[in-house]
Amino acid sequence: MPGDLMAAFSIAELGHFALVLALFVAIAQSVVPLVGAHRGDAAMMGMARPGAVALALLVGFAFCALMYSFIVSDFSVSNVFENSHTDKPMLYKISGVWGNHEGSLLLWITTLVVFGLAVALSSSNIPPQLRARALSVQAMITVGFLLFILLTSNPFERIDPAPFNGRGLNPLLQDPGLAFHPPMLYLGYVGFSMAFSFAVAALIEGRVDAAWARWVRPWTLVAWTFLTAGIALGSWWAYYELGWGGWWYWDPVENASFMPWLIGTALLHSAIVVEKRDSLKSWTILLAILTFGMSLLGTFLVRSGVITSVHAFASDPTRGLFILLLLVVSVGGALVLYAWRAPQLKGGGLFAPVSREGALLLNNLLMSTATATVLLGTLYPLIADTLNLGKVSVGPPFFDGVFVPLMVPAIIAMAIGPMLAWKRGDLRGALGRLWMAAGLGVAGMITVWLMRGGAVGDILASFGIGLAIWLFVGTLMEFGDRIKLFRAPLSESGRRARNLPRAAWGMTIAHAGIALIVAGVTASSAWKGEAVQTQAFGETVTVNGWDFTLLSAETFEDENYTGVRGTFRLSKDGEEIALMTPEKRTYTAPPMPTTEAAIHTTGLHDLYAVIGDPTADGKAFVTRLYFEPLVPFLWYGSAMLCLGGLVSLSDRRHRVGAPVRRRETQAAPGAKPARA
Amino acid sequence: MKKLIYLVPVVVLAVLASIFMVGLGRDPKLVPSVLIDRPVPDFALEALPDRGRPLSSADLKGQVSLVNIFGSWCVACIAEHPILVAIGKTGEVPIHGIAWREKDPRDAMRWLGRHGDPYDLVGHDADSRVAIDFGVTGAPETFVVDAGGVIRYKHIGPVTPEVWEDTLKPLIAQLRKSS
Repeated sequence: MPGDLMAAFSIAELGHFALVLALFVAIAQSVVPLVGAHRGDAAMMGMARPGAVALALLVGFAFCALMYSFIVSDFSVSNVFENSHTDKPMLYKISGVWGNHEGSLLLWITTLVVFGLAVALSSSNIPPQLRARALSVQAMITVGFLLFILLTSNPFERIDPAPFNGRGLNPLLQDPGLAFHPPMLYLGYVGFSMAFSFAVAALIEGRVDAAWARWVRPWTLVAWTFLTAGIALGSWWAYYELGWGGWWYWDPVENASFMPWLIGTALLHSAIVVEKRDSLKSWTILLAILTFGMSLLGTFLVRSGVITSVHAFASDPTRGLFILLLLVVSVGGALVLYAWRAPQLKGGGLFAPVSREGALLLNNLLMSTATATVLLGTLYPLIADTLNLGKVSVGPPFFDGVFVPLMVPAIIAMAIGPMLAWKRGDLRGALGRLWMAAGLGVAGMITVWLMRGGAVGDILASFGIGLAIWLFVGTLMEFGDRIKLFRAPLSESGRRARNLPRAAWGMTIAHAGIALIVAGVTASSAWKGEAVQTQAFGETVTVNGWDFTLLSAETFEDENYTGVRGTFRLSKDGEEIALMTPEKRTYTAPPMPTTEAAIHTTGLHDLYAVIGDPTADGKAFVTRLYFEPLVPFLWYGSAMLCLGGLVSLSDRRHRVGAPVRRRETQAAPGAKPARA
Repeated sequence: MKKLIYLVPVVVLAVLASIFMVGLGRDPKLVPSVLIDRPVPDFALEALPDRGRPLSSADLKGQVSLVNIFGSWCVACIAEHPILVAIGKTGEVPIHGIAWREKDPRDAMRWLGRHGDPYDLVGHDADSRVAIDFGVTGAPETFVVDAGGVIRYKHIGPVTPEVWEDTLKPLIAQLRKSS
């Protein structure tokens, strides 16, 4: 035992020590390669790579040390004491590492240095100056966060004497969906730091070209894909765990992750224009800075306590001040550099308003406006308070009212844009080729509307379904166009499909995914069926034609909670479809009740049952029953977004590198000039 | 002139940052200063079924007391409730409850039956009238009212052992001394 104790003792201290060392390495890393790039000193620039490796090893060690402390339940580490418990299943001991402020900050830094490592190791064909500068900028961000964790939030702090057992983890957070949700979000947030570092490096260098866009795009894609997955997981978790059948609440914490996603989506699209057409350069740089800025802002809002939210971490103004300082120094510094250098960036190809560039620019404007409205809605309570206009809260009606009208033109344009040619597009021609999408969209809208009984209140929602059909069919038609489906022999279409760049495949999959999400969002907000009542045993409640019969309820015990499990018979038209067993659990450490909804999915719709408290006589229970139309489409659509991101990421052009100018083509036979 | 456009992002950031600076200085969990050091608003609540006399503003005069806003629908209230029960057992300070926005007042009684009842007097505020007068922004919230019936402090969110030991208890002691 004493040996174990000694080992545990030294490991936490070593973790702390590794972080201190990492700080010094990061400081050197943020200066030496930058100076080297300025002087053209290859040796100094070359320091960037071993520097990135050393940083990754040191921070990685610290992260493992903290995880080890959680795994062995070393309660002499205050963080473990506060957030773990010996009775907790191993998975949640591990997820406890990032289920708190200090640990999640360490995860954040770990991700930061892993991205730096990936850039240092993978990109042998990035110009050495650009790489040296980007890694230096990345190291500067790392310095900021290391100072933050070392000065205000040391995850290795000891308590003496060590308590006998821990205080557990919030049982609401003991959930597989949530165990993996924060790491995904962080990979997204932090991934955007790479785009930021490249943007700042390009500003220092004073040059942004197609090659630059091609380095940045894969990193943006990685970050965007993770962020998408993270948001979807979080939304899924809220859906099945909070027990209200909702999947999005416009809560400040949700908005904090949604804003970088929106503006990151804009960045993803405008980087294409830089890559293909050498245009929109300074705009793209700005988006890269702002996307990471939004990630930092999200962290600030969640951690500082300036805004109250149900899922905010324990807030602390000192920490808030520190993040605000980081935000101002990094993003402010980048924006000052931008104001100084961006006017000198030479604009490239001109384009007509109706063109592929024009459509991508429209996407950019709509996404940025959407980001701005979400930001305004999230911050308005704070602004109103600061200006002494009173305490207000901004709810879903504001967001729905502003966000939806912005998305309608975006979705209409989403089907048209890919049909337009670069430089000057033929709108009439594109619309002509989309006749089927438009026809099916209108037909779908009318059909849905009539099926719902033709009420005035259903017109808007039916329109939403029509839009989803328009986008889905339009996206498939664009794909069909490219592979000459039905206009050439099938074998040729197959060959064309195989030869189509992966990026084109990725776009088709992702855009079709958005169509599914639009359908899911529309149907589940407009036509959700709901019944809340006290339900006796044997009693049947009917929601939208589905019969829920409460059969029984029994109490049971598990490793770390006790609970009540209800059994419902779900049937339709007298035929039994499934048995549903929702639970209400009360956790032991800390004592806290949670609801576990039972969800039966038909693949098209979900049926959702929640069991509440018993009546005084114990013969009936409060139950909440929901019919959730097309909610599964949200998850299918999200999965397609991620898949689209991954497929696009596998495009060989990302690996091969930048399009090489014609003169130099002989020198680099591997690189084919890009084709639009 | 065109160059000035490139300065817009920095300016926007500066404005936002200064708003945040001010925002950080204030705790969103503090009452708007209007209510602090003002007498409690006049009110008389409905009674909960089978729980005797309901709370009214007259009951808050005479000694230092806590007024806790709760609801059987409120998850955070369950988290804070054991602390209130513990404080209630010590008898250090009377705790009064305002059951807020119950669909059915019997829900509140059932809830108190299950989680414990630390309250001296409880009233039901079905239409939020009293909650609005108190400037309640959400449940749970806890007010410290002095012997003169003046609101001295408001805590938003669950009362934790730390809040009790570090803030409420010393404040109560100080209020008792000064009156």
